[in-house]
Amino acid sequence: MSLSATTAPPSPAAPPPPDVTSRHRRRYLLNRLDLKYSPYLYIAPFFLIFGAFGLYPMVRTAWMSLHDWDMIGDHSFIGFDNYTRLLSDEYFWNALVNTFGIFALSTIPQLLFALFLANLLNRTFLRAKTFFRMAIFVPNVVSVAAVAIVFGMLFQREFGLFNWLLGFVGVEAVDWDGNTWSSWTAIASMVNWRWTGYNTLILLAGMQAIPKDLYEAAAIDGASQWRQFWQITLPMLKPTFIFVVILSTIGGMQLFTEPLLFGNGNIIGGNQREFQTLAMYMYEMGIVNLNTAGYGAAVAWAIFMIIVLVSLFNFLLVRRSAK
Amino acid sequence: MRLTTRRTRLAAVALAAITAVGGLSACGNDDDEPAAGEKPAKLVVDTFGEMGYDELVKQYEKETGIKVELRKTAQLGEYRPKLVRYLATGKGAADVTALEEGILNEFKANPRNWADLNPLVADHSTEYLPWKWELGKAPDGRLIGLPTDVGSLAVCYRKDLFQAAGLPTERDQVSALWPDWNGFHEAGKKYKQGSGGKAFIDSITAVSNGVLFQQGSDLFYDKENNIIADTSPAVKAAWDTATSMVDISAKASTWSPEWSGGFKQGTFAATFCPSWMLGIVADNSGAANKGKWDVAAVPGGGGNWGGSWLAVPEQSKYQKEAAKLAEFLTNATSQVEAFKAKGPLPTNLEALKNEAFLSYTNEYFSNAPTGKIFGESVSKIQPVHLGPKHQAVKENALEPALRAFENGQADKGKAWEQFTKDAKTQGAF
Repeated sequence: MSLSATTAPPSPAAPPPPDVTSRHRRRYLLNRLDLKYSPYLYIAPFFLIFGAFGLYPMVRTAWMSLHDWDMIGDHSFIGFDNYTRLLSDEYFWNALVNTFGIFALSTIPQLLFALFLANLLNRTFLRAKTFFRMAIFVPNVVSVAAVAIVFGMLFQREFGLFNWLLGFVGVEAVDWDGNTWSSWTAIASMVNWRWTGYNTLILLAGMQAIPKDLYEAAAIDGASQWRQFWQITLPMLKPTFIFVVILSTIGGMQLFTEPLLFGNGNIIGGNQREFQTLAMYMYEMGIVNLNTAGYGAAVAWAIFMIIVLVSLFNFLLVRRSAK
Repeated sequence: MRLTTRRTRLAAVALAAITAVGGLSACGNDDDEPAAGEKPAKLVVDTFGEMGYDELVKQYEKETGIKVELRKTAQLGEYRPKLVRYLATGKGAADVTALEEGILNEFKANPRNWADLNPLVADHSTEYLPWKWELGKAPDGRLIGLPTDVGSLAVCYRKDLFQAAGLPTERDQVSALWPDWNGFHEAGKKYKQGSGGKAFIDSITAVSNGVLFQQGSDLFYDKENNIIADTSPAVKAAWDTATSMVDISAKASTWSPEWSGGFKQGTFAATFCPSWMLGIVADNSGAANKGKWDVAAVPGGGGNWGGSWLAVPEQSKYQKEAAKLAEFLTNATSQVEAFKAKGPLPTNLEALKNEAFLSYTNEYFSNAPTGKIFGESVSKIQPVHLGPKHQAVKENALEPALRAFENGQADKGKAWEQFTKDAKTQGAF
């Protein structure tokens, strides 16, 4: 039976209404409206939410960055002063170097290893494939805070597992958070542990989308496994790889929780800011220091611009090298 | 078939539209606000840590018929951002809000966020520790906080480790070892010798913290709130004393995993304890070490670390009633009750003389008379002037520089340079 409240068609038992043409026209009109506008309504929820939680904060942050802004007090317009100050701010550049350093230490080995693992999992001879594919994803499910806390313990100076192991091979205990290189390594290892499996799965999905007959043809032509990987897998994986690289870039530029917890929650990241990332510097200026919220907003926009630039660079680089 | 699909689609559109409109109208809704001056049905109190107000609040409800909601946040680190949000948006703050010493100053910098308590409560200026009362005032003279507790300092030490190293263990004899910081350093060296090279204290930042608050007057800022970190004698004294003790330090900075783990492992034999720290020492050391810790006096006498005030945000709709509740929670009887419940040290002079307070002993710490020890320490606290970014300068400039020196990342001169440079830029843009 008819249930619609919007069109209210006549009951089938009733005789057809006299004015057939007007009914048809009405239905035609509704149909057209439906086709034309209902898609917008379907996607409206996303845009409403994005507007409230994505676009508005961005615009507001941009507005704040043009002010000398006290979070709980007054603010005054100062134009681009925050940005000019940013360029000569030693700690901003320090945070930028740290972020890129940790990014390089985490993303490059991570993607290479993920590629290796994905290739391994893609092999036909592997037993218990599903188990391995699930297992490799487990680290990603663990909460980032838990990871950071556990790794923080492993990297402890006095009772940490890594220093204990180093002791066996006669290496002196490392003060992990006291040096730039060691703190970067420790933080990068957390990121690697957590994200390698995730990237592996995405790359694996990309590999499985490659038609099998290409490999068969190559095998018949006598191409080795290595050559197949190099000449079929890698080129065909290009779009997936771009995606993974851009995703890692965004994640790497926003690195926050791992270094923060590694430094016992201290926002300056190490005694001499050895591992303070851009996101931490933004938080320090924008949230921790109440009266520099405007400057923090400028840092936030700087991070945004950097992510855009790096993603663009990545995109061009990966596209060109894969050609 | 086609008709059904179309109808379903139309229904979906209608549903989406309704959801969207409903969502929007929900955003537009505002709570109905009562007229000002009305007697409140409920007052909200925001506290962090354990301030011991549970029973007191129930008592107040019974006496006045006003319902009181106690909102507790475990850690100051979570509490501060919430408070900032309430103040920044002008919404959501409790009627009575606890402000810790470290964050009080930055909130005082914008006194208009807080109600002036002067006209709302009776004059209590002579009933509290004078310096504590003064700190509750904003630069513009408004009274924004009523004193709750104070974090007067003592030394927690491990009797068993002291004995093994050939040091006295009885608390009066231990206190007698260090009338001043030199004595403390000497005791530390003796311990190091007697124990085969083990560290004596947790970190040099703990020392600097202790020394800093004994100096009185201006610390990082002068009275006009200009930063004077590089010339301040108090800071210099704290710096020199702290850096001299690097030889007896375990290099385990407060709250780090090395530090928490160190209590169980016995990496250090002594640490500085405000009264609220006793529970943390007990937790970190575990039940196995019960009775091994004791409490002695702090070198140089007095010292302060932490402590809070109760304030009423300007946005509270019931400022008068809220002020009365704050007045009740900070009076002498309430402060003794709170101390008995959870241990925050009173700041009310009458409460400090209270029998129940003075005779209190702590079982975990070998039955040390903590009421008496901390009570005596309270009277020796020097009034200090804390500038707007005091906490930030201490945590993000002084202590990192000290730790960099302690860990051998920078020599003394370089570390001092790092400190003075960072002190100047703390929130100074």
